[in-house]
Amino acid sequence: MDAPLRLIAANPLDQLAKTVEALLVVASAPLTAAELAEAAADDPERVEAALGLVGERYREGRSGIVLEHVAGGWAFRASRDAADACARMIEKPAQRNLSQAALETLAIVAYLGPCTRPDVTRIRGVAADSAVASLLERGLISEAGRDDEAGGAIRYRTTPVFERVFGLESLSQLPRLDDLGADVDEIRDRLNAVAEKRTA
Amino acid sequence: MIVRELELDLDAFEGPFDLLLTLVLKDELDLVEIDVAAIVLAFLERLAEREALDLDACGEFLVLISALLELKARGLFPEEAAELAELEPEAAAEELARRLAEYRRMKEAAAWLRERLEVEGDRYFRMGPAPLAPRVEPQLAPHDPARLAAAMRVLATPPPEVSLAHMALRFPPVTQFLERFRSVLRRRSRFDFDQEVAELSRIEQAVAFLALLELRRGGEIAIDQAAPFAPIRISRTDVEREDSWTLRSA
Repeated sequence: MDAPLRLIAANPLDQLAKTVEALLVVASAPLTAAELAEAAADDPERVEAALGLVGERYREGRSGIVLEHVAGGWAFRASRDAADACARMIEKPAQRNLSQAALETLAIVAYLGPCTRPDVTRIRGVAADSAVASLLERGLISEAGRDDEAGGAIRYRTTPVFERVFGLESLSQLPRLDDLGADVDEIRDRLNAVAEKRTA
Repeated sequence: MIVRELELDLDAFEGPFDLLLTLVLKDELDLVEIDVAAIVLAFLERLAEREALDLDACGEFLVLISALLELKARGLFPEEAAELAELEPEAAAEELARRLAEYRRMKEAAAWLRERLEVEGDRYFRMGPAPLAPRVEPQLAPHDPARLAAAMRVLATPPPEVSLAHMALRFPPVTQFLERFRSVLRRRSRFDFDQEVAELSRIEQAVAFLALLELRRGGEIAIDQAAPFAPIRISRTDVEREDSWTLRSA
């Protein structure tokens, strides 16, 4: 009778965490907190808290399933430890054998999108038709209306699949263009040097 | 080493350099599709296989590849080439530098993506089509059956019969116009068809035109029209003969 009395109250947040967990299992794409809250018929802030609980349970090293924040939402994936086993079982068609041309086109669409094929051609100096077709087929880019000016050319933008494959929470996670190597001054100096040599 | 026999294996073309040039010159291959840098690489690889530097081959290659490059540049920037030409040399260099920098940045971005792909390559997840959301049951507002009956009654009433009287076409006889045109031509040597039939109905005009063709077939008149849809001028053939005779005698 002297044993300490422990009340095990049903923790409602714990219950919500189970619901969130279930929703994430049946979802085929990342779900936002708002979407989870709507399906769970609960408060978004409480869903955020519940996601914290779920994330604690499903994290790298602790579980074979890992909760990640990707492409603007929450989704389950396999743990990195299981990558080799997964690789033996399934292929990754979205990113298999992405050519240099396709990657450059993808970069242009990710940074400048929505943009048209002529935009890509102008920057790369090579026609982008096959690269664009390949990216469309892989689901990494999709059509996003037509350009009002350039003769109504189709515009493209990256998809949530792109963000998911590259493990980005959103496009804002891409490095800033200014931080990427190209130094206009340096290139200009080199051009000027060449020009001077020619006139000399 | 013969430059023109250089074997190429590009995305858009596979075969000897010579054939590539021929196809480009015949406009059967769009230069925009060709990665010129890949051609240079192929040449350099072949060059590296040989011990002695083949200066003749290098010279020939340089001439060909630079011509190809210029063609491609012109093709890529048809309007901008003119724009650049108008710029001062310094401004042109600035513009060129800006474009090169833009491409370099995108190359860097592509490299970043490739790196990212390698780092994130061991993340496996399930991808599928979006699940079907539960269907929303449409909620209808309550309605009065009497209103439905009233609406049905309107629809069930046969519409008033449409009169087809105006559809009956009456073709006046062609002979009527034959006579008419002959009498006009007795009074005047030439007339304007459009003016002559302006007052008539469409059907009558069509029959009148048939009469014209009939007269033309018989050689009684000459038909002249300066341009499509221009006024049709009709003249007596004997008048024309008189005219030409007068001119010749003058």
